[in-house]
Amino acid sequence: MSAKILEIRWHGRGGQGVVTASQLLARSAMREGKYVQAFPEFGPERMGAPIKAYTRISDNQIKIHSGVKTPNIVIVLDPSLIGQVDIGEGLAEDGLILVNSEKDAGTVSRIAGLTGKKVLAIDASKIALETIGRNIVNTSIMGALVKVTGVVSLDALLKEIEASFGAKLNRKVIDGNLAAAKRAYEVLN
Amino acid sequence: MTQTVTQKIMALNGAEAIAEAMRQINPDVVASYPITPQTIIVERFSEFVADGLVDTEFVAAESEHSALSASIGAAAAGGRSMTATSSQGFALMWEMLYIAAGMRLPIVMAVANRALSGPINIHCDHSDSMGGRDSGWIQLYSENVQEAYDNTIQAIKIGEHQNVRLPVMVCMDGFTTSHAVERIDVLDDNAVKKFVGEYHIDHPLLDVDQAVTYGPLALPEYYFEIKMQQIEAMTNAKPVIEQVSKAYGSISGRSYGLVEPYNMEKAELAIVILGSTAGTAKSLLDDLNDPRLGLLKIRTFRPFPTEEIAANLRKCKAVAVLDRAASFGSIGGPVFSEVRAALYDEPKRPQIVNYIYGLGGRDTTTDMLKTVYDDLDTVAKTGKPDPVQRFLGLRDD
Repeated sequence: MSAKILEIRWHGRGGQGVVTASQLLARSAMREGKYVQAFPEFGPERMGAPIKAYTRISDNQIKIHSGVKTPNIVIVLDPSLIGQVDIGEGLAEDGLILVNSEKDAGTVSRIAGLTGKKVLAIDASKIALETIGRNIVNTSIMGALVKVTGVVSLDALLKEIEASFGAKLNRKVIDGNLAAAKRAYEVLN
Repeated sequence: MTQTVTQKIMALNGAEAIAEAMRQINPDVVASYPITPQTIIVERFSEFVADGLVDTEFVAAESEHSALSASIGAAAAGGRSMTATSSQGFALMWEMLYIAAGMRLPIVMAVANRALSGPINIHCDHSDSMGGRDSGWIQLYSENVQEAYDNTIQAIKIGEHQNVRLPVMVCMDGFTTSHAVERIDVLDDNAVKKFVGEYHIDHPLLDVDQAVTYGPLALPEYYFEIKMQQIEAMTNAKPVIEQVSKAYGSISGRSYGLVEPYNMEKAELAIVILGSTAGTAKSLLDDLNDPRLGLLKIRTFRPFPTEEIAANLRKCKAVAVLDRAASFGSIGGPVFSEVRAALYDEPKRPQIVNYIYGLGGRDTTTDMLKTVYDDLDTVAKTGKPDPVQRFLGLRDD
């Protein structure tokens, strides 16, 4: 795999906005002039079933069209997947796992068998409930991702949430998502 | 070079990009039936119809057989018509494929390539469109979302050209391209409108003042000559595809020929491939940075670019042709058989082997493609293409 492409794998369950998150991040990066790919794991899509999606980001045209095998970043939207699916699979050597969990990173690592890996936990569900009023964590966890990795700027993410959700969702929900991303960005140090 | 027009950067998947091209083309009739992974194309396009963004008559047909039949009727009547399909839907269109071509109707059809049943599989391979390679349609294969968009616009110009008048399939890899969001450049609406121009047919069926018959009976006295005209039209299509590509390049900055050589200047070992895996091979070649290794991507499979393929491969020592469709009982896949034949008249031919890969959506990685180049190195050294047919990514458990 070409070192110049950042690869991200998203874990979640059907209905949690996993595919939306993979695309939202790609579109945010595109706002900053990057080349992108975003695609779901193409399988049966059912509410509640574990699903995966992927984002690739690069300064140059992305030519590769095979699946993501060695992600640099893994993001887990649903805490109930920890210990259920292999979230550390293929993780690049210096890779990061960002998990939505009320538990601390050490506990998550132990349950998921990720000892020795760089794991970061954030209670994104709490933030989502407080800001959006629903347990949809994709925007809050992206706020955290942006803070920790700087893969895109917070500004680009917020602009993209506004643009992508603007056509489909009402003002209150959009504002909730913007607040969720900002809150997660702020709580992490 | 002419100044290219303003373009908008968009994040679209292949299906959305084709729907976007269709919106800009604004065809008179779109008739279709949904099937995964094509569905997004007509789903999105039907939204454009509902929102009044196009003037198209949208026919939600009761099957793919009917969808293509309606497209044929609309095209014969004098309208620009488009449709889209995949896999089983493609198979259900079968008899109408030949009728569209035999009646010389320049319908443009997007194909999101998908494996054929059975067993049932929704993922990509090229079995559907490869099966239709002798139906008389022009076939363009797209590597990525950008090409799916660009090929759709060019297909209109190619098929409708007076020397061609043939239906055109724009193929893209199901899911890998149809469902993957990529960054692409989208032309200005007016630029596309100007590029495709007005649809004109000399003898439309609905011109009651000059009544004509479409699809009549043609027995042994005439049938052969009509088929000969189709053969000639395919021959004529080759320069037209290149002209259209050049004209498209002058407005978009993106030009595609019949084939695309990549790192072929000094290549001794070459892979020949079509579709999205060509991109994966390019990525590998970029990483390896080895002038001995090259790639020849086939963009136009019908008409088959025999001379261009021979010219690109004649200096190679060993060539691997990758087929994403099996031709059961043949010496190799469809692409292999024709590439091999294209080299027959060369005084000095490279060794040539065939790999069947990616059936039913099996992922093809850069590591796998690397093994093909390694194999080619052995074939070149030993001078023995044995076995001729191989299988890439096949499980051995």
